[in-house]
Amino acid sequence: MSGDNEDTQTADDSQEVQDKVISPEKAEEAKLKARYPNLGNKPGGSDLLRKRLQKGQKYFDSGDYNMAKAKIKNKQLPTAAPEKTEITGDHIPTPQDLPQRKPSLVASKLAG
Amino acid sequence: MAGAGGGNCDVQWCFSQVKGSIDDDVAEADIISTVEFNHSGELLATGDKGGRVVIFQQEPESKNQPQCRGEYNVYSTFQSHEPEFDYLKSLEIEEKINKIRWLPQKNAAQFLLSTNDKTIKLWKISERDKRPEGYNLKEEDGRYRDLNTVTTLRVPVFRPMDLMVEASPRRVFANAHTYHINSTSVNSDCETYLSADDLRINLWHLEITDRSFNIVDIKPANMEELTEVITAAEFHPNQCNTFVYSSSKGTIRMCDMRASALCDKHAKMFEEPEDPNNRSFFSEIISSISDVKFSHSGRYMMTRDYLSVKIWDLNMETRPVETYQVHEYLRSKLCSLYENDCIFDKFECCWNGNDSVVMTGSYNNFFRMFDRGYRQDVTLEASRENSKPRSVLKPRKVSTGGKRKKDEISVDSLDFNKKILHTAWHPLDNIIAVATTNNLYIFEEKLN
Repeated sequence: MSGDNEDTQTADDSQEVQDKVISPEKAEEAKLKARYPNLGNKPGGSDLLRKRLQKGQKYFDSGDYNMAKAKIKNKQLPTAAPEKTEITGDHIPTPQDLPQRKPSLVASKLAG
Repeated sequence: MAGAGGGNCDVQWCFSQVKGSIDDDVAEADIISTVEFNHSGELLATGDKGGRVVIFQQEPESKNQPQCRGEYNVYSTFQSHEPEFDYLKSLEIEEKINKIRWLPQKNAAQFLLSTNDKTIKLWKISERDKRPEGYNLKEEDGRYRDLNTVTTLRVPVFRPMDLMVEASPRRVFANAHTYHINSTSVNSDCETYLSADDLRINLWHLEITDRSFNIVDIKPANMEELTEVITAAEFHPNQCNTFVYSSSKGTIRMCDMRASALCDKHAKMFEEPEDPNNRSFFSEIISSISDVKFSHSGRYMMTRDYLSVKIWDLNMETRPVETYQVHEYLRSKLCSLYENDCIFDKFECCWNGNDSVVMTGSYNNFFRMFDRGYRQDVTLEASRENSKPRSVLKPRKVSTGGKRKKDEISVDSLDFNKKILHTAWHPLDNIIAVATTNNLYIFEEKLN
């Protein structure tokens, strides 16, 4: 009896070891889930794809901006966090938040 | 050795040229975004993030050194696209050149299609080496002559002048894509071409800019149901009715334009069955196909996903006929590659002239070649350290185990900021163009 139990346990252990050995991917997945417990289970799903489709979107509404300026007369305008990814939602984007478009373009260094 | 472009097992690659600045501080505009030889291999075009195109021309072989293939020197450079802002959608449109495709040459001028995220442009590159002289009413500098001084009549003649290469935009194909264009492909009929964005593929006629036909539309009625996007598309090299498009889910669909006007129903679907036991969070992301290329013969196609290159026989949809691991050692690094976004890098791939060898890039400025016939592969590096003229490139090796041999580099020492995403192979000879972040390397076969 006890002999059987031991056998099953070893089998389970070796299966676990096998899993890690056979699938480094699963080990990496476990690492990721440990770091980000709120990560959804649909990695290729619509969230990721929609973020991809929205590349280039900037949010700046001059109406919002001027209204906010008018309301918060003397106080500072709330500005974006330093690592801004998408400027939307909680704070009022300012023209300074939006990355500057490059000025006139120079020749490529490949041609130099 | 067999003729040009033969099997790779005895080819030694050596450094030929490098273009671009040595500066470590790379301006974003200088990041190379596409590389493409023309159909003869005489011209080599690059596009960058700053919207500029640089075209290099191969010098004719000199009689003094018949074994040295000509160098590539700057032929023409121009600003193809400018940054734009779509005020209606609050969308910034990058000027980055996503793809350049050459048209087959029909007359003295050269034509190429260059595209950014939203607009495709047809550029004409032409040479001028003569100019008219001896006008009766104008001076040579263009000023009008005082008619009182004109006493005789002469016939203006063409006189040789220093070669001038002019690039002019002949067509602008705009406003046909809601999403970001990832591919263009010229049809073998030389009259039409396709452009593909994340969700749609359009068919254009090269002469007509105010109209294009939508031939594939995978946009779901409800965007919440979006499960895959189009990642690349290409026309078959000689069947003008056939094209393929790849998806972020690792499938390739082949469509026949004779079947119907809208090719939403594929004629063939190429997909390798997945082992459900091996499925992980990363499976779908790393199966996303970043590039698809038909072989020159038109019999095979090659796809590039994050870790491998696969060759498919067009007659077999169930699985690829060949699979090559590009950097399998990254499988145990997927967590950090996801965190630093490298897992989303889009590597391209290319065939050599006779379809016997395929090439693709990797990290640390490494690139890989796979010889299909001899079943051999090699890892080479594009770096300034190996840039002595005609110095032979030494194969590189990444060590995966604990023990690292002398010349090997360990996985943890790889520089993931040094990515080779774009490579091109001369259509006839063993000459390759490899783009690092902001430099273009040209390597060629060592000839004795």
